[in-house]
Amino acid sequence: MIEIDGITKRYDGTAVVDNVTMTIAPRTVTVIVGTSGSGKTTLLRMINRLVEPSAGAIRLDGEDNRVMPGFELRRRIGYAIQGHGLFPHRTVAQNIATVPALLGWNKARIDAKVAELLALFQLDPAIFAARFPHELSGGQQQRVGVARALAAEPKVLLMDEPFGALDPIIRAKAQADLLDIQKLLKTTIVLVTHDMDEAFHLADKIAVMDKGELVQYGTPAELVTNPATEFVQTLIGASERPFRLLSIETAGQAVEPGTAEGQPVAAETSQRDVLSELLWTGRGALPVAAADGTLLGKVTLEGLARRAAKPQ
Amino acid sequence: MNIRFDKLGVVIALLVVYGTLVAPFATFRANRIVPGEAKSMLAALPVGAAVALIGLMVLAAAVILLKTPALLRLVTAAVALAAIALFIGMAATHLTPPENTYARVSPASGFWILLFAYALLAADSITRLRPLPFVRVLLLLVTLGGAAVILMSGLWDGLSILREYAGRADVFWLEAGRHVALALGSLFAAVMVGLPLGILCHRVEPLRAGVLNTLNLIQTIPSIALFGILIAPLGWIAVHVPGAAAIGVRGIGAAPAFLALFLYSLLPVVANTVVGLAGVPREANEAARGIGMTDLQRLFGIELPLAMPVILTGIRIVLVQNIGLATIAALIGGGGFGVFVFQGIGQTAMDLVLLGAVPTVVLAFAAAIVLDAVIEMTTPSRNQGRTA
Repeated sequence: MIEIDGITKRYDGTAVVDNVTMTIAPRTVTVIVGTSGSGKTTLLRMINRLVEPSAGAIRLDGEDNRVMPGFELRRRIGYAIQGHGLFPHRTVAQNIATVPALLGWNKARIDAKVAELLALFQLDPAIFAARFPHELSGGQQQRVGVARALAAEPKVLLMDEPFGALDPIIRAKAQADLLDIQKLLKTTIVLVTHDMDEAFHLADKIAVMDKGELVQYGTPAELVTNPATEFVQTLIGASERPFRLLSIETAGQAVEPGTAEGQPVAAETSQRDVLSELLWTGRGALPVAAADGTLLGKVTLEGLARRAAKPQ
Repeated sequence: MNIRFDKLGVVIALLVVYGTLVAPFATFRANRIVPGEAKSMLAALPVGAAVALIGLMVLAAAVILLKTPALLRLVTAAVALAAIALFIGMAATHLTPPENTYARVSPASGFWILLFAYALLAADSITRLRPLPFVRVLLLLVTLGGAAVILMSGLWDGLSILREYAGRADVFWLEAGRHVALALGSLFAAVMVGLPLGILCHRVEPLRAGVLNTLNLIQTIPSIALFGILIAPLGWIAVHVPGAAAIGVRGIGAAPAFLALFLYSLLPVVANTVVGLAGVPREANEAARGIGMTDLQRLFGIELPLAMPVILTGIRIVLVQNIGLATIAALIGGGGFGVFVFQGIGQTAMDLVLLGAVPTVVLAFAAAIVLDAVIEMTTPSRNQGRTA
């Protein structure tokens, strides 16, 4: 659990982050959104003390984050940034091993961890371990960057626009992979982005920052149905509201009993994508299949329309 | 068949033809200070040898002129260099009358032009072949080894420069040692001081402009003037600071030379350290901090390794510059190869000047090649790109 308590950062008297208080539940994905200059990155960097706050406190599992030196704190917290930040003179394996080496793990344990992470991120250790960052594609570099951040098994992973430098197709894949890995490792993720689609796709809860203030902190559905300010409304986009609602939940959560004609959609597909498929194929319903292929039921156009409507 | 000419080859071939047929190959003088008579290849060598050499040069010129494979050009350069090296020794034996120890035979403009032309050809073909760094060092060692073999064989003993050497072999090696000690010692001191100073300038922004401008200013002082400026303060220190004179600090001699070389060395070392550190990718630094490296770990683990090629480039500049500049140290009694240069100028004995100048050039050249190889080996991306 991360408790942010009245945190403020001033530069030359101007508050970049102004008295923000929020609690981040463990094993969830929290996305901080806002325009550039809203203070979202500064807020993130105060959690691992890359930026020291002017006032307020941050507690990790009840422990103030200032009880240990900043570098020791940062070794316990994963950190991934835009453009991956890999060390160009070190191999992929050495990059991933950075924090475990700093923590003094023995070689066998480090090697095992590196191999495990490479496999987890679908990079064959035999091929990639000895490569240098410039020999990888953008998507591979980004995965190695996240693998490095997770190497010391941190409970918390901070990500600053981690997918900003990727093209849309690779970005969607990277987002899906991140959610899978989060489910597997149960890491608490705090991610900063300015991309609202990304926020709705990834977040359990979204924090909206504007001019240094936290203007709303809630589930994606709350943001859509009950925006706190004009700014949140604009950020979400009035015409996007029904689609935002649908993009939060999966097809599996909208299953109705019965069968339908056509190619089954996977249960983890977002409802928004299913709607798109229904409209495009001109059907009123599509079957839904679990990962092992068993049919769970169907999703109907009427069902999705009900879910996309403003809650009464 | 379509005949194509090599662009640089046209220039080199013209130089070879001029050096072979027009310019004199060797100079003969009755003694070491009278003006000499220039001798063409035909006059300087026995007829058979002269014809063979001229034939070889013409053949080489043809290879150079046309678009030929780089390896063939390199072999041509090596063979031709070996040939002129051997034949200049032969010319010395041929021109010197028997039992005459006063007469002097030295290489003339034709020889130097040929040497320059073939060195240029060798450098150009090596560049085209893009050999790995250690191969370049190996080529250097082979070249130096070849020269050493010729020197020891006594083939060049008739040449004036070695006549000069024969008379002062002990002093030569003493001054060689001093020269190297001055050049390397001041470089070492400059790295010891300049590297930390460069790191400090990188971390403390307000310091940067001041330090770099001061060092720039020092760099603009002419070397002889700097030696002069240092005489007074060092003399004062020698007299007033206990123990200073005992470790060799004096107004003249090695101390001001060392200090001057050290001061000249600081700018390239500090400036390249600053530039190198500034060139470290911002994201790499950011990530290093973000995952919990201390400032020292970041400096030694990330910043310095990434800045190393640029820093080494600065050190290379300093080393080559110092080997050359150390020659001037002789003016204030600092020793080194400059001793022969200035003695030679004083006696109008050009051979003696060469005895100081040639080893200096060879030393600087060798240092440049070795450091270039080291720089290339420490540049990770290029290194990898080639093997991958």
